Amino acid sequence: MNPAAASASAVLRPVRATFRAVAKTVVPDMAALDEAAWTRVEAIVERALADRPARMRRQLVVYMRLIDGLALARHGRRFRSLEADARQRLLERLQDSRVLLLRRGFWGLRTLVYMGWYAQPSTAEAIGYGAAKGGWAARPGLTPATPLPDVVPAHELVSRPEPGRPT
Amino acid sequence: MIVGSGAGGGTVAAEMAPLARDGRRVLVLEKGPRFRIEEFSGRELEMAGALYEDAGGFLTADGTMTLAFAHAYGGSTLVYTGTSLIVPERVIRDWGVPRLDHADVEARSRKYMAQNGVYYLPPERINDNNRLFVAGARAAGFHAEQFPLNLSGCFGASVCNLGCPNGAKMGTHRVQLPAAEAAGVEVVTRAEVLRLDAERNLYVRVTEKRPGEKGAASEWAPGEYRIRAGTVVLSAGAIGSPALLLRSGFGERLRRLGAGFTCHPAHILVAEHAAPITNDVGHPKSFFVDRAEQDGYVLETCMYFPFTTAKNLTGFGEPHAALMRAFPRLQMILVLACDKAADGNRVRVDRVGRPAVDYTFARHTIDSMVAATRASARIFFGAGALRVHAPSADPPLIEREDAARVDELIAAEHFLPGKVSVSAAHLMGGCAMGSDAGDSVTDSFGRVHDLPWLRIADASLFPDSLEINPYVTIMALSDRVAEGLRAEAALFPRAEAALA
Repeated sequence: MNPAAASASAVLRPVRATFRAVAKTVVPDMAALDEAAWTRVEAIVERALADRPARMRRQLVVYMRLIDGLALARHGRRFRSLEADARQRLLERLQDSRVLLLRRGFWGLRTLVYMGWYAQPSTAEAIGYGAAKGGWAARPGLTPATPLPDVVPAHELVSRPEPGRPT
Repeated sequence: MIVGSGAGGGTVAAEMAPLARDGRRVLVLEKGPRFRIEEFSGRELEMAGALYEDAGGFLTADGTMTLAFAHAYGGSTLVYTGTSLIVPERVIRDWGVPRLDHADVEARSRKYMAQNGVYYLPPERINDNNRLFVAGARAAGFHAEQFPLNLSGCFGASVCNLGCPNGAKMGTHRVQLPAAEAAGVEVVTRAEVLRLDAERNLYVRVTEKRPGEKGAASEWAPGEYRIRAGTVVLSAGAIGSPALLLRSGFGERLRRLGAGFTCHPAHILVAEHAAPITNDVGHPKSFFVDRAEQDGYVLETCMYFPFTTAKNLTGFGEPHAALMRAFPRLQMILVLACDKAADGNRVRVDRVGRPAVDYTFARHTIDSMVAATRASARIFFGAGALRVHAPSADPPLIEREDAARVDELIAAEHFLPGKVSVSAAHLMGGCAMGSDAGDSVTDSFGRVHDLPWLRIADASLFPDSLEINPYVTIMALSDRVAEGLRAEAALFPRAEAALA
């Protein structure tokens, strides 16, 4: 985060309740988060926002207020107070809107939610993602189970085995 | 003066080594920092923020596509997967660039494939994600080919796009740049060229390393510099090179500057299998199916990280979350459309000089992506997948019992920009080669029309889409640029061609 952007953090503060309600709709697993876990999610999102143009941060806040406004207009309640089905339908309408600006806005918001959740190493571990620096050697239990058919290489090469590696 | 140190700039730097040995000053200015191998943690956000423009989130002007490009010692060669292909003859023929023939490009491509240690991974190091692609392609009637790769000592960490934590990719950061520096070429990192003028002055900002930031501090003190150059080679990439020239005011005399941007728009497709497969271990991109000539697309194996995967799946809610929880059982394919240079798809700069990319998906590009998605679905089901996630299907999940209906379910009407995730990492065009200033920016040796002191050596030279992974061709064309510079240096040893 650059110093100029640092002062722009806490973008989510005025729309936090809406953000959390959107996040729980986008990733239902997030419904179980405690306050400490939400803080971690929002810290990731705030860090990402801090390095983006101020215009983008303003648009995000406006977009979440629009979500609340649509919920009020259609259901007479704020987005966070809607039942799960109604939340889902409202966000689907934005995702599939004929207006590019609305689709794009939802795509951006949903991307921030995914970033705040799936970019956490603990989430990656929980869903079974296990890439490791040591590769195959670090994960001795894993071996390919699928037979590999013969395939034609794309080009004849200068060197067939890895250069400098014993065949 | 070389601006950028990726496949283009790194190649020119190494080829200028004889001049440096002869006492000429050859300087490379790189916007990004120099990383140590130990700094590549494999952690998604941390590395994306350190390596990529806008942390990998650089969007086209209308916000419908993400463009990925890196800033570092070695440029985007730090973050590619090392796939090393020679451009097909038909592509060079169709480009129609005078004095550019395929035999020359192929010979130079082979030079760099040898120099960078290209070979084929042996079968025992191929994971299930790749094996299932080959098996599925065979079952679906497609011809899968193995990628030649420029790896040395690959352990199969599977995080190529986040920088190899084992230093196994033989990019310019491992091969050409160290050789150039050993010969006396000077590389300055964290040095961004803000603009250049017709008197060959470059205005450069060297930035300070911030506390906690990855990468080494610059070789120069932070601050603003004006550097007078003899010859300038721009290798700042398909966005960086045209943007630098445009904000420097060269757009008036070079009318094609920024035009003809192409990028192989791509989808990440995912399928779920019944049992875990080896997918996040082993080299991620070892095979491909080339349908560029017939159907305008290429399919490649791939394996991405949780956030990147989540972002690239269409939709949200429980179906999306369930797919993410199935990560150890996921197979992935990257589909790339061979888009065509079109009016309106271009690089420009905004009112404060920042690069912007205008891009509209042409009908044939959408048709190619849809055809590629249908082909991938057949390959997934041919490999035994239970369900396939297809962005241009509504709903995006297609169950196995509907495998015979993929042509019906996957359709262009569901390709809704702003809803479906599209990303691109093969950024091309903007300073295209051609005959004269009426149709292009440079000649076939990267000489900018009517500005003999200015050269281009990167993917911005491509007059149209390359239809394969581009780094080998960038190196081949940059080799031609360097050859032209050396020849001129020999003719004019102390005057115009001197590199300041």
